[in-house]
Amino acid sequence: MTTIDTTTDIRPFTIAFSDEELDDLRRRIEMTRWPDKELVGDASQGVQVALLQEIARYWTDEYDWRKLEDKLNALPQYTTEIEGLGIHFIHVKSPHENALPLLITHGWPGSVIEMLEVIGPLSDPTAHGGDGEDAFDVVIPSLPGYGFSEAPTEVGWNAGRIAAAWAELMHRLGYTHYVAQGGDQGAGVTDALGRLAPGELLGVHFNLLSAAPRELLMASLNLRLAFSSEDREQLKKVLNVFMRGYIAEMGEHPQTVGYPFADSPIGLAAWMLDHDADSYAKISHAFLDGQVSGNLTREHVLDNITLYWLTNTATSAARLYWEGSRATAAALKDPPPHLTIPVGYTVFPDELFQAPRHWLKSAYHNLVYFNVAEKGGHFAAWEEPEIFAAEMRAGFASLRRKEGYS
Amino acid sequence: MSATVEAATEIRPFDVDIPDEALDDLRRRISATNWPEKETVADHSQGVPLELMQELARYWAAEYDWRRVEAQLHTLPQFMTEIDGLDIHFIHVRSPHEHALPLIVNHGWPGSIIEQLKLIDRLTNPTAHGGTANDAFDLVIPSMPGYGFSGKPTSTGWGPERMARAWAELMSRLGYTGYVAQGGDWGAFVVDQMGLQAPAGLLAIHTNYPGAVPVDVYEVLLGGGPAPSGLSAEEQRAYEQLDKTFKQKVAYAKYMAARPQTLYGIADSPVGLAAWLLDHDDGGGEPATAVVEALSRSRSATGELTRDEVLDNITLFWLTKTGVSASRLYWEYKGGFWDAKGVSIPVAVSVFPNEAYQAPRSWTERAYPNLIYFNEVDKGGHFAAWEQPQLFSEEVRAGFRSLR
Repeated sequence: MTTIDTTTDIRPFTIAFSDEELDDLRRRIEMTRWPDKELVGDASQGVQVALLQEIARYWTDEYDWRKLEDKLNALPQYTTEIEGLGIHFIHVKSPHENALPLLITHGWPGSVIEMLEVIGPLSDPTAHGGDGEDAFDVVIPSLPGYGFSEAPTEVGWNAGRIAAAWAELMHRLGYTHYVAQGGDQGAGVTDALGRLAPGELLGVHFNLLSAAPRELLMASLNLRLAFSSEDREQLKKVLNVFMRGYIAEMGEHPQTVGYPFADSPIGLAAWMLDHDADSYAKISHAFLDGQVSGNLTREHVLDNITLYWLTNTATSAARLYWEGSRATAAALKDPPPHLTIPVGYTVFPDELFQAPRHWLKSAYHNLVYFNVAEKGGHFAAWEEPEIFAAEMRAGFASLRRKEGYS
Repeated sequence: MSATVEAATEIRPFDVDIPDEALDDLRRRISATNWPEKETVADHSQGVPLELMQELARYWAAEYDWRRVEAQLHTLPQFMTEIDGLDIHFIHVRSPHEHALPLIVNHGWPGSIIEQLKLIDRLTNPTAHGGTANDAFDLVIPSMPGYGFSGKPTSTGWGPERMARAWAELMSRLGYTGYVAQGGDWGAFVVDQMGLQAPAGLLAIHTNYPGAVPVDVYEVLLGGGPAPSGLSAEEQRAYEQLDKTFKQKVAYAKYMAARPQTLYGIADSPVGLAAWLLDHDDGGGEPATAVVEALSRSRSATGELTRDEVLDNITLFWLTKTGVSASRLYWEYKGGFWDAKGVSIPVAVSVFPNEAYQAPRSWTERAYPNLIYFNEVDKGGHFAAWEQPQLFSEEVRAGFRSLR
């Protein structure tokens, strides 16, 4: 009778893709059938052929997935089954005692790859210009349907359900106190976790405002508030995010776009690169003229795209938008509870929009930290890991003292 | 010197000639498809379902024969002529009957001349299809710029307005001094523009996708609000159909309007292209119910849409590498979608019951003050000419009858 309790078991995890899978990827990139060049001299019709062809060249000729695989396998990775789904996560404990446990959730088109360079500064601050009192134990899960987590086979895995799974994960790891952070889709999950407010959760930090739609609408549409030119400028930026069309398409028909993503590495790469104008411009510079913005290197960009390809998760990842559009519609009818735990927020200057402080205070009544970082964009942790880590230290410092950490 | 002048307006015969290698490559790519996992729903609400795509891919690679439709195209008089700097492909079939009325028929997206093939004999040779010699048309079916065998624009500006001017030039070049024009989907936008431009020679237009929504109602629709008060039951129904369409069915159009170039996957993956092209709605569903039903119809004695025809169209997009260039039409167009455009020349309208919306007569009369024909038919949807060629042909005959 070997009845092992597999359902709460935490199993070590390592990555190993076969040479055949990497060869197949290379062959497909080389066989790409290209469309004609765009008709404009800029990115206003989408990803430019010249950039993508250089990416294809670098991808097949120079890029080495095995380096990333070694990097990931050097980290403590695990899987555990939560609500019937295998959840992959990186879990790095700090060498410092009383480190504050921190759960970081990535977004789309991201993965745990975005967070790899913040692990050192957060868990081992003394080696990165901080002191031991700033230390975090870091937990970085892969969203369901992303990377090495399993893809849901049923509907309902929206931000709320993922948040509940994260609470269970932190509980299972034995943490009695922790904080959580997220941008992009990770902000949606972290927001939901804040509203769920498990007793162990001390506070949350965001680098994108993804609050419940009603509150965002109130914050942005309240005439008394949306009066300044700053408000108008930022609202326009919010609208521009939706004008790019990918949120609408993945929210409506993720399965349809899944076919070209699953079958064409270049098709997948293009869709992922076309997230926002700032990151596109930075990545474009990295490939075309060698001007790299922070940590957003050619190699790191392809680590993330290759991860999507090898795990064949583009469709399941896109589906989170479908779940999100349904959840948003439901939340409009039946608003979620207020988020009352402490909230920290960092505005990155190249983010999709720079949420004015009063939008945040309207959405989150218990705003304990607000700062504008000196640089960085939508993929803040990825692009500027040191700045991002410094924001985590500063953002959660007050909670640490209150709860008696260090 | 005169040779160069002539070259610009020359009309050259054209024939389709796809090499075996292109067909082998297509088959190889379909067979090598890397698939996503199954959708998490039991219906079409997440897009084109995996099982449907896999069955289509199996048939496409193993049984479908492009040479069959190519042989059909070989029998048709096809031409190429340069208009406004771009090669325009068109089918041009003259009626055996004298005094036939010249008609230019414009396809839409995700369509091509393939949609119109079943119209050709019905319209040019009506006595063989239940009509009289007085119903005969000389028929011109162009491929839109960026579609099928027409050239792909290499600079911006080829929206419906410019296509409308090109079609007027084409008809003039063919020597037609009195002609009519017909369109659905994007073709309807082009013929609306022809109506607005009212070139010499254009007698009337027929549309099966009318821009009929009054401007004040259209503004409410764009704002996503509830229907304005005072609408009749028919108008209320049309409003609700369009509101649902705007909110739930046009993400593909929004994407192509914003980022057409980013659709590299539809240039590289046949199955990706097929899914993207199938993901167009009609009044019954999304993908269009008529198209889904066609996928299980191997032949049709009455001209209803078949699986082979659906694949003819998709394969044409693939072989001509026009997935992205066709998408750019959405990027080019900055106007409204179903709003009244102010066409004052004679207009005939046919309303098909399974189209995305059924234009009420009241709105249609306001939108087209010179309405010469209005009829609601009992079957057919968004791809009306393709789905119901006989009924569609009868509508075109009836619509333009008063002009003969």
